[in-house]
Amino acid sequence: MTSRRRADYRGVAVAVPVTIPYVRYSTKSAHWWIARALAGLLEGAGISKADVDGVCVSGFLLFPDTAVGLMQHLGVTPRWLDHIPMGGNSGVVALRRAARAVQAGDAEVVACLAGDTNHVDSFRQTVASFSQFARDAVYPYGSGGPNASFAFLTDYVMRTTGITREDYGKLCVAQRTNALSFPHALFKKPLTLGEYLSARPIAEPLHLFDCVMPCAGAEAFLVTTEERAKSWSLPFARILGTIERHNAYPEDPIQYRGGWAMDRDDLYAQAGVGPEDMDLVQVYDDYPVISAMQLEDLGFCPKGEAQAFIRSHTFNNEGSFPLNTSGGQLSVGQAGAAGGYLGLVEALRQLTGRPLGVAVPDAEHALVSGFGMINYDRGLCSGAAVLSRGSVA
Amino acid sequence: MTAPLQRPKRKNPVVKTRHPTLPPWTRSRVALGMTAAAAEGRFELQRCEQCATVQYPPREACCRCLSEELPWVEIDGLGDLISQTTLLHSHDLYFRERVPWRLGMVRLDAGPTVVVHLHGDVTAPPARVRVACKLDKAGMAVLVGFPQEDVPNMADDRQLREFTCDPKFRRVFVTDGKTATGQAVVRALAAAGAELIWVGHAEPWKRVPGLVDLQALPQVTLLPLDVTDPRSIKEVASQVGPKVDILVNTAEYHRAYGISTRAGTDIARMEMDVNYLGLLRLAQEFGPVMKARGADGQSSAVAWVNLLSIFALSNFPAHGTYSASKAAALSLAQCLRAEMKPAGVRVINVFPGPIDDEWNQLLPPPKLSPQAVANAIVAALRDGLEDVYPGDVAQEWRTRLKESAKGFERELAAGSGT
Repeated sequence: MTSRRRADYRGVAVAVPVTIPYVRYSTKSAHWWIARALAGLLEGAGISKADVDGVCVSGFLLFPDTAVGLMQHLGVTPRWLDHIPMGGNSGVVALRRAARAVQAGDAEVVACLAGDTNHVDSFRQTVASFSQFARDAVYPYGSGGPNASFAFLTDYVMRTTGITREDYGKLCVAQRTNALSFPHALFKKPLTLGEYLSARPIAEPLHLFDCVMPCAGAEAFLVTTEERAKSWSLPFARILGTIERHNAYPEDPIQYRGGWAMDRDDLYAQAGVGPEDMDLVQVYDDYPVISAMQLEDLGFCPKGEAQAFIRSHTFNNEGSFPLNTSGGQLSVGQAGAAGGYLGLVEALRQLTGRPLGVAVPDAEHALVSGFGMINYDRGLCSGAAVLSRGSVA
Repeated sequence: MTAPLQRPKRKNPVVKTRHPTLPPWTRSRVALGMTAAAAEGRFELQRCEQCATVQYPPREACCRCLSEELPWVEIDGLGDLISQTTLLHSHDLYFRERVPWRLGMVRLDAGPTVVVHLHGDVTAPPARVRVACKLDKAGMAVLVGFPQEDVPNMADDRQLREFTCDPKFRRVFVTDGKTATGQAVVRALAAAGAELIWVGHAEPWKRVPGLVDLQALPQVTLLPLDVTDPRSIKEVASQVGPKVDILVNTAEYHRAYGISTRAGTDIARMEMDVNYLGLLRLAQEFGPVMKARGADGQSSAVAWVNLLSIFALSNFPAHGTYSASKAAALSLAQCLRAEMKPAGVRVINVFPGPIDDEWNQLLPPPKLSPQAVANAIVAALRDGLEDVYPGDVAQEWRTRLKESAKGFERELAAGSGT
């Protein structure tokens, strides 16, 4: 269908990774968290609100506001505004939307913001009214939320591929190790495989440490031109390629593959590099079964062979396959829509030479992958981006 | 294999009776199409009129060809269990009190993948299953995965019992045991394993055939009850109200004729007094106490059954005032259903065609035997139905009303209908 060659992302710079330290529960609103992210972004860039002419926002709990109301709330007057309600895919999609706006000249300095709060009861309320299909066909069935949906998938994949809880546990344990040097991670104690295996069951076969912990937090990054980034002396990364896909493979009886499998050839063709060239990978890790699925669908190993891949690699920041180098959501926490930014912001820190924790040695190329929106029985949004080191701090 | 249900132990009087909670009941309007079918025991999904795609969850357009013609059609429910989980944690109060809770994902032979409550006797995936649509405690349609073949004690599955009102080991109050139908209902409930059956009988000095025989059943206790007398109802309610798990209102007053074929309003007043106000009085005395016992352990209050008539749906002029009183009772039963919902107590309306008793002597066959009505009531309790139309006449009325309510009214006026 597409005959026109896709334009590359030349001239676009991605800079100023910002993480507002997460907390388990917050009495503040999503607006507060996103405001802190914008303030952090301006401070990090050394610029003022007036320098920002584009804004891109994600947050589940902004309701009844949208990005529009937030602009008045924050006193920002952008000439380009986007609101991306794509949960765990928000970061990758914000990146590609903002990059095109900058290339086209619709905006020159785009603040990409994601944040959510977590009141004591807000996660339950979000799950109960997440979507029409969830309300009609999922929530009345035990009200387990995403735990139940991913338990189905984990049960299916374990039975059909032979992957075990020990394999998934190896990913979780390695991410916890990565988190120990990352100051903003909510989990601060080491996790052993024994603790992982013996944790209390939540939704068989998922146990406690397979499940992300909802929390409050915010993330942000800046998308602008290379000239701007250089004039402001901002270290930046370049975008080599991006993909997104929604409602992939609707005929599959269960989601054993995601949209990445449809689009990864396109991704690597744009990027001019392949999976073997990645120095670090940030997958969307709400549950380890999804991490493993991305490793397969993004071509790091053949379909159905995540088990062998996991067994043949180490996933620490200094290991053979640095994965989710800040600890991922499983060890940092899942701050609503900010969960979709976490990997991207961490990749920026590593590529621009400003990691908060253990540095990935010689990080030149990073792959960031997103996944979001369990509408009924599967996550509908997938996306990925390949970034490369631009100028380092 | 499901362990057979045990006779419940005596309630510990020190332990607080739990407040009833309900599973999530919010549904989109389009999804209520499933509930409409489930109320009568059918599993229906949308099938596109244009391309025949069967889809789930319910939608406003065909997910294949975007057609808006999406009639509900019955689905046989066969499919493959492709995955399962057992929840040990839930965000919802109702399920939190009931974990562990077993769920499955089923690829229906008809096409879509459905999430189901999974019966304990379904073997681990991959397995063949039969999916049925049930009403949950909130009165909303939910899908349940059963073993493809029936197994012993299937009805006793802990999760399944949340969707049914099986009379086994339950205590039942039948409001009138003097009619042939009332007596058949008592016998059917006894055969179905009811623990205790209280049977009301008005004017106890009148000896009615069969009543003495009922008393011989070990489960049965006769109680004098006149549903037209508020004091009588209050007295019975104070004796047995807090123990009733299932109430079956069989009390009715039935005479033939319409308006011009009878003088005065005495008969019509009696019909309203028993059929409509009787239900209202019973509901006022027994409703609140049953609502308070919506979550009272294994044998909590579960169901209220109204013996209505198919004549409640459209006036049958030959029995015109009786039809009117049953229409009034139907309307009140809908009110009762709304009020019992927060407690999860199901209101079951039974709409039989003419029953083969003395008051329908002049109506031509087919007529329903009292036993058939009783069996339909027990089946409705076991299957967890909400609206029941037993017999060929009732079924035909349903169909003709759906096809053309106005046309059917004309035919009834012309003397057709039974």
